[in-house]
Amino acid sequence: MKWALLCLLAILALIASVVLGPAAVPLGELLRSDIVWNLRAPRAVLAFLVGGSLGVAGAGLQALVRNPLADPFLLGLSGGAGLGAVLAIALHLSGPWALPIAAFVGALVALGLVYRLGLIGGAALDPRILLLGGVAVGAFAAAITTAIVALADAVELRNAFLWLWGGLSGASWDAVLVVALYAPVPLAVLLAASRSLDLLALGEEPAGYLGADVEAVKRRVYLAASLLTAAAVAVSGVIGFVGLVVPHIARLTWGHRHRALLPAAFVGGGALLAIADTLARTVVAPRELPVGVVTALIGVPVFAVLLRRWSIA
Amino acid sequence: MTGVRGVSCAVREVRYRYPGAQRDVLQDVSLVVQPGEFHAILGPNGSGKTTLVRIALGALRPLSGSATIGDRPAHEWPRRELARVIGVVPQREDNLFPQRVRETVLLGRYPFLSLWGRERPEDHAAVDRALAACDATDLADRWVWTLSGGEYQRVRVARALAQEPRLLVLDEPGVSLDLRHEMALFELVRGLVDAQQLGVLMITHDLNLAARFADSLLLLSEGTVVASGAPEDVLTRETIERVFSWPVALQTVEGRPHMVPLRQPKESPE
Repeated sequence: MKWALLCLLAILALIASVVLGPAAVPLGELLRSDIVWNLRAPRAVLAFLVGGSLGVAGAGLQALVRNPLADPFLLGLSGGAGLGAVLAIALHLSGPWALPIAAFVGALVALGLVYRLGLIGGAALDPRILLLGGVAVGAFAAAITTAIVALADAVELRNAFLWLWGGLSGASWDAVLVVALYAPVPLAVLLAASRSLDLLALGEEPAGYLGADVEAVKRRVYLAASLLTAAAVAVSGVIGFVGLVVPHIARLTWGHRHRALLPAAFVGGGALLAIADTLARTVVAPRELPVGVVTALIGVPVFAVLLRRWSIA
Repeated sequence: MTGVRGVSCAVREVRYRYPGAQRDVLQDVSLVVQPGEFHAILGPNGSGKTTLVRIALGALRPLSGSATIGDRPAHEWPRRELARVIGVVPQREDNLFPQRVRETVLLGRYPFLSLWGRERPEDHAAVDRALAACDATDLADRWVWTLSGGEYQRVRVARALAQEPRLLVLDEPGVSLDLRHEMALFELVRGLVDAQQLGVLMITHDLNLAARFADSLLLLSEGTVVASGAPEDVLTRETIERVFSWPVALQTVEGRPHMVPLRQPKESPE
């Protein structure tokens, strides 16, 4: 029943994001419209894939760093991606994929640095240091980004910032194809780790005694969740709150078991981002709100309600 | 539960020192637990009890000496395979997310589930049996974080029993249990030892219950073995007073030594 409702919500969200928009497309011409096929449809699908990926990455990272407030972008990835994008513009790299690739590479560099910091205590990955290292690497990248912006011509760099927070306006079928080919591998890795994540919630030592290969699981989960986030930031910029709030909403309904939780977080995250993007495109049409603004405007009140329920329970 | 070969675990002359520590936490400690034997590890705080258990389970590798489970070195066991034969109730755990009692006991069946498969009827049956054995059936639908300390402890023991282990390791399981449930736990463990040839390794601070229920005691002090063997040989007045630095009297209850701590004399006459 709850699965049926969730899938219904996702389908409605996808339909809405194809039907609604600033340009009036008569319902009868929906399937033949260029606007629908080449703008709205790829954008809706991309929003769904990105939102779903962020939901799953958030759920996995929250279990890994043992902090329910962890967000996929907390681990330094947004800072790295922003620096990559600003560098690409400052260096006048051109081409349709220059920004996404630069942002992706920036996120990967940040990921590698944070991962290396997480191993600082020896061979075991320390989730607490991952969290602190992520914040530190993110702040460092943001500082360099700001320095570049301060020293360079502002007009071009404003584009980089807008792009970084700008959401899904660059969506195309090519971008959908790239994400659709890329995301299944880390998603499958996270899904395969779902029982180990259940065990890890007890702490590392108890999880080991219940059969989890703790070190391997921590590495896999961190890398898979970060790679998902890096791809998301490359195609759609930093979109906050999906990866933070969606896992909590899913947990309230599906419980903490990751076998059900991760798929629910995927569908729920996809639906939320498709809805948020539709709102971002339509409420102030013909102008457009950054979709991150909309997810935060929806996500923060929901989160406040959740925190209230948690403190009562 | 029957039909599975028992598993023995052996620690021989191990030495261990935590990285960066000033002194060895264990020196030349040996211990063998065979199927159908109940061993208790005793000793003051910080005497190396938990470290010894971690070495026995292969979670730590000794600097010298050896730890084996069955016929393999302990650290070479894949964790999942080990979890099918040894159930562990560690001293501490936290629950990051809200969870029902039945779900947390079901975690004990995870070592038996295939990667993509669901829980089978026998997994739920094992959970039910374990809950019943620990007098926790009534708790099954409660949220874990609404349990009292003692109730949670019983649930944790139930999770280890749901693993249907051949060897059970418990780190201070009696802490925060009331009289009835502490005795019930020791009776349950003793019953499994006798009926199913379960091997048991238990860390406890309760010298008296250890003496009453266990076959063999290992008394540690500052990382070395002070005494080991049958309860009446290990728990003498001189040994207890020396190791725990406190005056005691020794009685006999149900044929086993029973220690009673004495008030400390206010002024020594000398």
